[in-house]
Amino acid sequence: MSAIQSQSRTNEAYLIKRVSDGEREAFYELVRPYERMVYATAISIVKNPADAEEVAQEAVLKAFSKLASFRGESKFSTWLIQITYNEARMKLRKAHSNLYESIDDTQQSEDGEFWPKDYADWRPIPSELLEENEIRQAVQDAISSLSTNYREVLILRDVHRLSIKETTMILGISEGSVKTRLHRARLLLRDSLAPGIDGSWIKGQAYRKVRPW
Amino acid sequence: MATIEISCVEVWREISNYLEGEIPADLRERMEKHFSACAHCTAVLDGTRNVVALVGDGTMFQMPEGFSKRLYEKIRNLTSPNVPRD
Repeated sequence: MSAIQSQSRTNEAYLIKRVSDGEREAFYELVRPYERMVYATAISIVKNPADAEEVAQEAVLKAFSKLASFRGESKFSTWLIQITYNEARMKLRKAHSNLYESIDDTQQSEDGEFWPKDYADWRPIPSELLEENEIRQAVQDAISSLSTNYREVLILRDVHRLSIKETTMILGISEGSVKTRLHRARLLLRDSLAPGIDGSWIKGQAYRKVRPW
Repeated sequence: MATIEISCVEVWREISNYLEGEIPADLRERMEKHFSACAHCTAVLDGTRNVVALVGDGTMFQMPEGFSKRLYEKIRNLTSPNVPRD
């Protein structure tokens, strides 16, 4: 554990003690660094902002009421994200999950080899391009189009940068599954994003595509 | 021309692990040799690297306006776990 991590763990332990001593405000301090993470986790599952906010709030309230059961075996953030996942899945079940689920599951079987759709030549993205809403929206749409299995792992690993071990803990799947799903999720995103970024999103550059067949 | 000792399909299978730096040195070397000779796989590699950069950018999921404030209000209206409301 790095010095910074260890310091934040100590600080968290202190905040948790203050909360259990009855200091409600300390709970907000405890949760605040992770509120974006909680929201992103929620929206990655329920997919609409209003539901995601509701899920995030419910998860935080649940974390508060269960705080006494947090033993510090995992990081507080991992524990909080796990609660958020459970809340989000519960919300989906209540809302008849089939309405929300990606219908495009056929292309996304974990078994078998993955064949890229094409070989769009995609040069490094200029950082100023990242600021554009169009790209942000395209990435969000592409993430939404993934099936839940892939989306969950991608959000935890590539968005929140959690370790493989933390991801297995939250999702209750094996290390091998985490790796396979992450890999597949990234390749699927590349398939859906590469043409847009290389072509229509950079003015004045022709879309170069290479197909070997 | 470089000898390709590993097939494209095998390269795709390992691209994520390659980016994570989680492959044995000899496989890395074979893949690098392959990339230097295969434009298609290089395109897939660059694209995948870009995806990781885009997704991890941190600004992808903007919280709705007022999210923090509303969350704070919810917490303020709570009772503490071990202390009865006064």
